[in-house]
Amino acid sequence: MRIPLSWMREWVDLPVDATLDHVHAALVKVGLEEEDVHEFGVSGPIVVGTVVEFVEEPQSNGKTIRWCQVDVGEGEPRGIVCGAGNFFVGDKVVVTLPGAMLPGPFPIAARKTYGHVSDGMIASTKELGLGEEHDGILRLAEWDIDAAPGTDALALLGLDDAAVEVNVTPDRGYAFSIRGIAREYSHATGAAFRDPAQGVAVEDGTGFSVAVSDDAPIRGRVGCSVFVTRTVRGIDPTRPTPAWMRARLMLAGIRSISLTVDITNYVMLELGQPLHGYDLAKLTGGITVRRATAGEKLRTLDDQERTLDAEDLLITDESGPIGLAGVMGGASTEISDSTVDVLIEAANFDPVSIARSARRHRLPSEASRRFERGVDPLVARAAAARVVELLVELGGGAPDPLGSVLDETAPRASIALSVDAPAKLVGVDYGRDTVIETLRTIGAEVEGDGDQLAVTPPTWRPDLTDAPTLIEEVARIAGYDRIPSVLPVAPPGRGLSRAQRLRRQAAQGLADAGGVEVLAYPFVSRTTHERFTPGTPAVTVANALDAEVPLLRRTLLPGLIDIARRNLGRGLTDLALFEVGTVFLPEAAEAGATTTTPAGAERPTDDVLAELDAAIPPQSWRVAALALGDAVAKQPGSAAVPAGIADALDAARVTARSVGVELTVTAGTHPALHPGRTAILLVGGEPVGVAGELLPAIAAELDLPRVVALAELDLDRLIAAGDSDLVARPIGTRSAATQDLSLVVDRHIAAADVLTVVAEGAGELLEHIRLVDDYRGPGVDDGRKSLTFALRVRAADRTLTAAEATEAKLAGVALASERFGATL
Amino acid sequence: MSDPSPITEQAVAQAVEAALADISAAGDSAALKAARSAHTAEHSPLAKLNGAIRDLPGDQKAAAGKLVGQARGRVNQALAAQEGVVLVAEENARLESEAVDVTAVPSRRTVGARHPLSLLMERMSDVFLGMGWEVAEGPELEHEWFNFDALNTDPDHPARSEQDTFYIEPTSSHLVLRTQTSPVQIRSLLTRDLPVYVVSPGRVFRKDELDATHTPVFHQLEGIAIDKGLTMAHLRGTLEHLARAMFGEGAQIRLRPNFFPFTEPSAEMDVWQPNAKGGARWVEWGGCGMVNRNVLRSAGIDPDEYQGFAFGMGIERTLQFRNEMNDMRDMVEGDIRFSQQFGMVV
Repeated sequence: MRIPLSWMREWVDLPVDATLDHVHAALVKVGLEEEDVHEFGVSGPIVVGTVVEFVEEPQSNGKTIRWCQVDVGEGEPRGIVCGAGNFFVGDKVVVTLPGAMLPGPFPIAARKTYGHVSDGMIASTKELGLGEEHDGILRLAEWDIDAAPGTDALALLGLDDAAVEVNVTPDRGYAFSIRGIAREYSHATGAAFRDPAQGVAVEDGTGFSVAVSDDAPIRGRVGCSVFVTRTVRGIDPTRPTPAWMRARLMLAGIRSISLTVDITNYVMLELGQPLHGYDLAKLTGGITVRRATAGEKLRTLDDQERTLDAEDLLITDESGPIGLAGVMGGASTEISDSTVDVLIEAANFDPVSIARSARRHRLPSEASRRFERGVDPLVARAAAARVVELLVELGGGAPDPLGSVLDETAPRASIALSVDAPAKLVGVDYGRDTVIETLRTIGAEVEGDGDQLAVTPPTWRPDLTDAPTLIEEVARIAGYDRIPSVLPVAPPGRGLSRAQRLRRQAAQGLADAGGVEVLAYPFVSRTTHERFTPGTPAVTVANALDAEVPLLRRTLLPGLIDIARRNLGRGLTDLALFEVGTVFLPEAAEAGATTTTPAGAERPTDDVLAELDAAIPPQSWRVAALALGDAVAKQPGSAAVPAGIADALDAARVTARSVGVELTVTAGTHPALHPGRTAILLVGGEPVGVAGELLPAIAAELDLPRVVALAELDLDRLIAAGDSDLVARPIGTRSAATQDLSLVVDRHIAAADVLTVVAEGAGELLEHIRLVDDYRGPGVDDGRKSLTFALRVRAADRTLTAAEATEAKLAGVALASERFGATL
Repeated sequence: MSDPSPITEQAVAQAVEAALADISAAGDSAALKAARSAHTAEHSPLAKLNGAIRDLPGDQKAAAGKLVGQARGRVNQALAAQEGVVLVAEENARLESEAVDVTAVPSRRTVGARHPLSLLMERMSDVFLGMGWEVAEGPELEHEWFNFDALNTDPDHPARSEQDTFYIEPTSSHLVLRTQTSPVQIRSLLTRDLPVYVVSPGRVFRKDELDATHTPVFHQLEGIAIDKGLTMAHLRGTLEHLARAMFGEGAQIRLRPNFFPFTEPSAEMDVWQPNAKGGARWVEWGGCGMVNRNVLRSAGIDPDEYQGFAFGMGIERTLQFRNEMNDMRDMVEGDIRFSQQFGMVV
């Protein structure tokens, strides 16, 4: 809402020197957030001038300019070059003199042009920022303005005014009016407020037939509760909108259209009541407010033919629909530049009905914005009367008795409020008098002698519905700055949950190990989904921002790949990325979905809550890592180490270690990974993840290097598998013996399997075993390989002899040779 | 008449002199080893003289023994002394040869970086953990009841429109990508014992195109405290505590009236950022208020017995004004340079 200060000043005592900042600061205090300021950006000297004479001078570029002598009240006229041809000798015009500033900013100076020194400029409406007209300069006679040459045109045209803009929260529709803002300014500062609705002499019309016939109320609310009409006849359609009204409308963000339309907009801005004018001559019979029938058509004022929905509320006459109630009028009864008789509508419509229609037809209008938030039902008659007043005063029309008053507004019930309730909720002891006084200040009626008050909110405050809403008013008007600061003492907590702590550790571990954490969007394309998780159901976003990526991810890998591509595109070629994030794992399309939603404000039963939870697809925490380029860059004295499956496995192991789990690794497959370089990661024999290298064909298609190492782990399962109650082993302090062991086995046998068997055979003396070499070549038969293990054996209670150590090793050899045909 | 004794003072002195000369000339371990061998080993002059003692008449043995013994002592002493000198010199030479350019030593491990949004969420959560609050979590893909209805959001509230909220197919399933972490508050109230003091950090979704100031996927930290006798003063106290932990002791909280369906009274909160780069300033930080009675009723809590407050702030927004970031896209694109400049600390 934009509020010209001159307009506000009419209804509340603004200090003479009030600045835009002052008004903003006052309004912010009562909850109207500062949005912007609006000024014409025009400064003087800009004065009225009389064209004394002019000579037309054709130019070589085909234009004809006028060399004018203009009297600006200085005795001698000034010579001014003007390119427009729409004025006559004797016309009063607006002259911007050297030193003036027009919006742009466009400074005016005496300058040489077309062979003359132009000592100023004759301005058009557009140049002054008062409209879009650009067919020549502004002739003041057209705006019914006559003033002596030299008169300050800024004040004359309202160009010295400025507006503040505030953001109006959805609960306070009344603040979409000068009336509401002036009242709020008064609340903020104590300045005297005069209600513009009280100043209007209300007269009601009769004899115009209006009926409301809502056979399908939305959410049980009849669409229209108030419908007031008034008539003015004999308006002179040539009368201009006065400059002051035009300036105020401009500042308020509304374009001037015609006097009649401008007046309805002006009164709407002042009182908050949307108004509509019909060309009475184009109306057929009386008005019925009803719901549309599906498929019915209406051509609206913006000349769009709209197909209506059965929920749309219509204004109709005997010809059919003539307006989309509370949203936009119809073209068939539109006020034109020949309209002389006008029927004014001031109605009140159900906010939900209007909001739905405005949204459905994508037609947010000044009217719908107000109705959605709630309009004072009592202001309709005053608003209609005010329009009549202005049409008579400015348009030369005559009031006509034809009209109607339909008012089905239910009286407001009072709200019970304990005098001490504000103190109990806000923490400030306001006292009985302040509570009552504040509520009366905002327009409520307060009754009750004791501690229990009965508060009837004002008609313009549909948002005040229960005690806390009244308490907010008390706190708001008294000022939120009065609320003290008290730190509450929570009962002792237990810190992070185990899962929360371990998720942090996993992320920290991967970062310590060189990974850079990223947070990818969870949206993926169907192609990506099929590539990484073929044949699985996915959650589909019904209204995706980008229709190309409508699915929710089942894996973090594509997100990492996208981010890697972006980094590569920016010349960052060595990458180690990781993400800790959630995936969405619907088990089957819509299994267990419920289609009902319980109401708010009451606790659903446990069964219903369980049903809601069952309808939500499982979501699980994952960790994924990606590496490409060099894992270790080339440096003095050391060669580069290219990234590969080793980095994927390392990331997986780091993650597992970070959450207290050991992974075992086995060869496997994954639809998007290299068939010979894919490891399935297991805990307790159950798969918990995968590590490997991206299928080179995919890498090529995505312009990635051939080797992209990828790993992904189910973090929830990993954490669940961890042993939080480890029984610590005693640490043996006796001397250890180390033994190396080389075994030759068939190449297809996994080294990890051999290691496991050697360890099993070596028995409990074996403390540690590690693969140190995998040799294939001369000295080893084709199809075989030599695996070298380093063993460390130790007994808890004695120093082992060399013979005992060798015996343990040979036991391992024996088992390996039995299982795999391993030879020494 | 026997032969004159070969163990003359002159002979001993000669042998000692020759030995000492060689020893002091030995500049490295090898030369020293040669000198040791030449002057103390089996066939060295002093060894020979020593051997000759045994052939002397009994009455001369003692004097000769003393003479040769002292000589050998001097030589051994000189050897030991020179050995010390040589070893030090040799070690020094070795150290010198081992010197490297410490500014060019290869790095075996690189350290990565956490995402600053994650770190900020953890840091803010830690402030509450320190006060005894707990961290609550809930699903990102949520049922509409938890995201809207239970939070007193009218069925026709504009936030529920398809322009603002991501809905899931089929829309009759009433599933949404949560638009706030507040559904976690409802879940906490439904499942935890009262009193409840929890914060819920996490990812939320709104249908905004990505630009310098918007992202459809962002993060929030919300908190809720429900107890007996909590007031807006406790709300302010809690926020001020957080503000001081995050922005320094001089931080303050300013509340301005606002409207949210799930709180009444409601407030917009500004934080006084005392150490802002461009000078201390007020910055819009988030929304808050006293939990609406209907929200408590949705969780089966008697609003006449329990009341409390809730608040929420954007993590991206916090990072933006705290670290003077102009473009939201830097936070979501995953450019490693962005996280790397923060490293492990936010």
